[in-house]
Amino acid sequence: MYHIGLDIGSTTIKCVVLDEQQNLLYKTYERHYSHIVEKAAEVLAHVEEQYAKKQAVCLALSGSAGMGFAESCGIPFVQEVYATRIAANRYMPGTDVVIELGGEDAKILFLTGGTEVRMNGSCAGGTGAFIDQMATLLHMTPDEMNEAAKTAQKTYTIASRCGVFAKSDVQPLLNQGASKNDVALSIFGAVVNQTIAGLAQGRPIRGNVLYLGGPLTFLSELRSSFDKALGANGVCPENSLYYVALGAALYAQGQVTLPDITARLQDYSATASYAFHAPLFKSQREYEDFRARHALASVPFREYTPDCGDIHIGIDAGSTTVKAVAIDEKANIVYTSYEPNSGNPVPIIHRFLKEIYASCPGARVASATATGYGEELVKTAFGADFGVVETVAHFTAARHFLPDVDFVIDIGGQDMKCFKAENGAISDIFLNEACSSGCGSFLQTFAEALGYSVPEFAKLGLFADKPVDLGSRCTVFMNSSVKQAQKDGASIENISAGLSISVVKNALYKVIRAGSPEELGRKIVVQGGTFYNEAVLRAFEQEMGVNVIRPSIAGLMGAFGAALYGRAHAREQSALLSAQALETFTQQAKNVKCGLCGNHCQLTVSTFPGGRKFISGNRCDRPVTHRTGDDPLNLYAYKLSLLAKYEEGTGTRGTVGMPMCLSFYELFPFWHTLFTHLGFRVRHSSFSTRDTYLAGQATIPSDTVCYPAKLAHGHIQELAAMQDVDAIFYPCMSYNFDEGLGDNHYNCPVVAYYPEVLAANCPELAEKIFIYDFVGPHNRKAFPKKMAAVLQKYWPDITQAQVAEAAAAAYEEYVAHMAAVRKRGAEIIAEARKAGRHIIVLAGRPYHVDPEINHGIDKLICSHGAAVVTEDSISHLVQKFETRVLNQWTYHARLYAAARYIADKPDMDLVQLVSFGCGVDAITTDETREILQREGKLYTQIKIDEITNLGTVNIRLRSLFAALEQ
Amino acid sequence: MEQQLPAYPKFTKEMKHTHKLLIPNMLPIHWTLLREALVDEGYQAEVLTTTGPEIAQEGLKYVHNDTCYPALLVIGQFICALKSGKYDLQHTALIITQTGGGCRASNYIHLLRKALVKAGFGNIPVASLNFSGLEKDSGFSLTVPLLRKVISAVFYGDELMCLANQVRPYEEKPGAADAVVARWLRILAAQYDDKRGITKRDMRHNFAAIAADFAAVPVHYCPRVKVGVVGEIYVKYSALGNNGLEAFLASEGCEVNVPGLMGFVQYCVENMRETSKLYGGDTWTARAAGVIQEFLDTREDMMLAAIAKYPQFHAPMPFAKMKQMAQGIISYGVKMGEGWLLTAEMVELVHAGFENIVCTQPFGCLPNHISGKGMINKIRALYPSANITPIDYDPSATRVNQENRIRLMLSVAKERLQSQAPAKPAPLYGEEGTVQAHVERPL
Repeated sequence: MYHIGLDIGSTTIKCVVLDEQQNLLYKTYERHYSHIVEKAAEVLAHVEEQYAKKQAVCLALSGSAGMGFAESCGIPFVQEVYATRIAANRYMPGTDVVIELGGEDAKILFLTGGTEVRMNGSCAGGTGAFIDQMATLLHMTPDEMNEAAKTAQKTYTIASRCGVFAKSDVQPLLNQGASKNDVALSIFGAVVNQTIAGLAQGRPIRGNVLYLGGPLTFLSELRSSFDKALGANGVCPENSLYYVALGAALYAQGQVTLPDITARLQDYSATASYAFHAPLFKSQREYEDFRARHALASVPFREYTPDCGDIHIGIDAGSTTVKAVAIDEKANIVYTSYEPNSGNPVPIIHRFLKEIYASCPGARVASATATGYGEELVKTAFGADFGVVETVAHFTAARHFLPDVDFVIDIGGQDMKCFKAENGAISDIFLNEACSSGCGSFLQTFAEALGYSVPEFAKLGLFADKPVDLGSRCTVFMNSSVKQAQKDGASIENISAGLSISVVKNALYKVIRAGSPEELGRKIVVQGGTFYNEAVLRAFEQEMGVNVIRPSIAGLMGAFGAALYGRAHAREQSALLSAQALETFTQQAKNVKCGLCGNHCQLTVSTFPGGRKFISGNRCDRPVTHRTGDDPLNLYAYKLSLLAKYEEGTGTRGTVGMPMCLSFYELFPFWHTLFTHLGFRVRHSSFSTRDTYLAGQATIPSDTVCYPAKLAHGHIQELAAMQDVDAIFYPCMSYNFDEGLGDNHYNCPVVAYYPEVLAANCPELAEKIFIYDFVGPHNRKAFPKKMAAVLQKYWPDITQAQVAEAAAAAYEEYVAHMAAVRKRGAEIIAEARKAGRHIIVLAGRPYHVDPEINHGIDKLICSHGAAVVTEDSISHLVQKFETRVLNQWTYHARLYAAARYIADKPDMDLVQLVSFGCGVDAITTDETREILQREGKLYTQIKIDEITNLGTVNIRLRSLFAALEQ
Repeated sequence: MEQQLPAYPKFTKEMKHTHKLLIPNMLPIHWTLLREALVDEGYQAEVLTTTGPEIAQEGLKYVHNDTCYPALLVIGQFICALKSGKYDLQHTALIITQTGGGCRASNYIHLLRKALVKAGFGNIPVASLNFSGLEKDSGFSLTVPLLRKVISAVFYGDELMCLANQVRPYEEKPGAADAVVARWLRILAAQYDDKRGITKRDMRHNFAAIAADFAAVPVHYCPRVKVGVVGEIYVKYSALGNNGLEAFLASEGCEVNVPGLMGFVQYCVENMRETSKLYGGDTWTARAAGVIQEFLDTREDMMLAAIAKYPQFHAPMPFAKMKQMAQGIISYGVKMGEGWLLTAEMVELVHAGFENIVCTQPFGCLPNHISGKGMINKIRALYPSANITPIDYDPSATRVNQENRIRLMLSVAKERLQSQAPAKPAPLYGEEGTVQAHVERPL
């Protein structure tokens, strides 16, 4: 009897046929383009014709997309990892570890020394899909990417946590002109990191490693990246694509006939059931009315003639596209162009400008204005006169269509920007967090994965009868929602419509968090290339319950707005390169590593005619300005310097190591003094760097915990490796000091208990004394006794009196430390006022001072001319007040107090740093926003993670400063 | 500068008579009894049993999307109810629990109030159900008679749930176990009406009668995969929160063990003692906690004894013993959210033969980073047979992904069951005696 295994994954379908002796007779591997049931039936029909020929067979099904209908059709189902294990044991005995990457899943299977299977968590995203997505970004096929990686010279750091983050690292690299070969290899490196960090969770990958699944089969460079990272020589066996199908075939029991199964499949496909929305258009008529209405919002477009007068050029060098617009004195458009940005915008703009000169013979260019990611690059390369932050450019353009516009939403390729406007100024800005930046390129990736062009794909959805309800979260979740919908039998039309609706829902409920249309305003302009997609536009109007204006140049609004800005600010003559200068224009790019500080940024230096240089990839101004020394009006730098001044000392009782993470950023002065007074030498781990994270990443048990907590693992590694450290001290503390600002004085659960996680998961701690008892310095009276008891376990000669004395000094030191911070804060505020500088309260937690956590955002703010203070330097100036939430965490009470303090200070504004995954901040951000807005203040939030790209942060900050100026 | 916050409507004493209290569902059996307790104390109350995707949608609309899933669901369920037109909005109030711990959950009530204002229901009063003395000015108070009823309701709920879970997978007539539950809910409601069912004596009697009723259900034992469910309290218990996890496990042929609610209550009380032990200070609270614990222990003992009388039933570990299960793995200082209890429950389940465990948590749940996912490696190291899978729940986490992960855990479990079954016929059951006739020898 034949044994048939069918493996239906998220993107492909695999089938194998074995004979009685388990010889492989037939195998097939095909993309199913979401037509799962049809494809399965087709494959089975072929097997029936060639092999089964009406005989009974043993059949089993596997794969995530096959689960649903296996059940409904009564076909035996075997979980795919389990199937892999069966096949590995049969075909590659002696294998210790299997690494299998699929379309959307990553799995590690430990076969020896305690069988264990690990699958990626719902957040870590897919790997095959991720590689496809990255390849799309590079305008390559995955195979081409593999070829490119072979000749890579070096690798860049790319966030490995989830696809979307990686994308926001890759895009700027491309925009800065980094070599595609290097980026390709870096992407493979990110996949490797993601797999190891996300799945191994402390368990070492050793012995015979087996590579399975599509990406590892097809991409040799991915395999060698794994080999390198694991220090192993992994094997990609014969039939590596078919292990799941083979496992299913081996597992298959019971007898069925294929025609019977095919009939059941057909019945099944007729019964679609899933959550759905109302259709986008109920009738052709409705659609045509809709089109007619939107046709009204257009800009006059004319050919250039000498009576147009001077022209103004706007260039929008965006993340995925480059756009240029030229207008005449009356704002008529005389030239437009729009092209995908394949990495380096310079040659594209070069061509655009030549076209403008050619199509407007004799025209005098009065101004040229750049906006978008590549703004500075364009200014340097071509001598553009002005640079304007994207949000301002878009607002300027929107007002041209609707002077009293009160809400603008722009969904572009990678970003989503929206802002409210009041009295002609931007009053509230929402940019998508790194996590939901799906947007236009997200639709594109999906369309392409399903085998359509974007316009074709969008059109499919217009008349779908039951658009799938896909929820409103990040792309990774969306992938699995689509998988679920496919499983439930949703048609491609309904998936297309559902995706368009989910883009809108993401914008409204994830980014803006709107409750009702009234809240956002009734005069809405929508723009950005994504709104050319009529399905998205319609979904937006339906969701908002209001008709909106979509300008005919929706995709060019940034460039158009920039041109309008130039028209308003034009001086005599533009400094833009002349037609003649463009003829000899060249760009030379070179990669160097910056050595000016510990960050070691990868710099790309572009050189243009006349020796003009543009440096990108830098996180601070130093390589550009060569100014040494930090801005003195930066309290973040000062706080860090305070911590750095504590010395190891010469204690003889022993050496205690403390990890510079989480609570230590505030309590180090306390603990250092306590232990020093008790006669210990105190060492601490260094301030975090990216390497700190990488060193500890393999022992992180929860991949969704915040980045500051993840860094703790690296600090522990560093301390454990210090030979002279006798004990590592990192206490648990449910409570923090009561500063009288809130209803309670808790630490957040992660700060409070993370030492427990370290103790349970860091193998290197087994060789050291790890003191992680619960202590409560908040209770000054009881503390010495408790602390003495803790220490006496390891040093029995320590007396309670000694601890009491040391504690007294520690409390004094802590108070002095906080006083120093507050004093310097007050000085900075006074000095900034004298110098007429704006003051930004960069509000977060004490550990946000860590340069690897804040990614230099403090310095970035200073580079915009503002002074930076912290929330804890001003929170004591406020009395406890009523809040809308239970104010029960010490650190967070300071946030509210700081917001309250600045509410009536015209020269102070607050920017809140939020670590991705911080659950407490889901509460504090809304409350802080409310406190500020009640007094008419802007609220700005910056979400940070291991992500290192400051581009988006910069836009947000510049938008804030632009809004403050108005 | 003085910012005046508009006052939220309070739940006043008078509203007890004029307003209907809406209660979000979590545990169907327990909540039915709790409602009865409230009604007997003169409140008008209704448990919301609604389901459907619109609940999460409404939650997403009015609550910060990164807030934990339980908050999204509870608030979404309230707003759906208020929008449904079923209730007289002038005479409707909401009630929600507040633990007062260091986790986000203590803030649900505030998020709910914010959401109500945003959704245009700013006039609806919200009462807080808490044991921590928060919201003292509320007209809703846990009086001693109400408290005693609540405690008995939790015990009855735990016993019914525990036994139904043990009988249902093996019952000869489908629905038999649930029929016992339904009957007892009626009996207990009637007892409450007659001011009975809450004394020690009544409870002892009821505990025994409930166990006897379940023991009388004809069963047919066969080897089944045994799965324990632990996790964040709401997603662990609520079918709305965990996508019908128990039903899914049942459909996969598993026997499910969901540790009871009283454990969580005892854990909260125990923490009052631990806190003063760890940080010093307030010994009065610790002493009071000791008295409460004793009160609960006596009743727990009675319930466990009633169950243990029947050898075919597995009685859960007494709380005091379960507490010891966490020793050497996690400290008792971890008291936010489910804290050390979650770890202890996992170990208890392993000891009880439920070594296949689904550890449920809302996506990004803070305490579960520590006591759930954070401890799994250590538990596995100590108990190599532990087969634990952590599952995240979230408005957009799809059932297909969750079920796929659970299936993986079940594949391993089923394989073990097959290899173990012949050596160990029907573990824990099949003792000589009453049920022997029904035991079918495993494959």
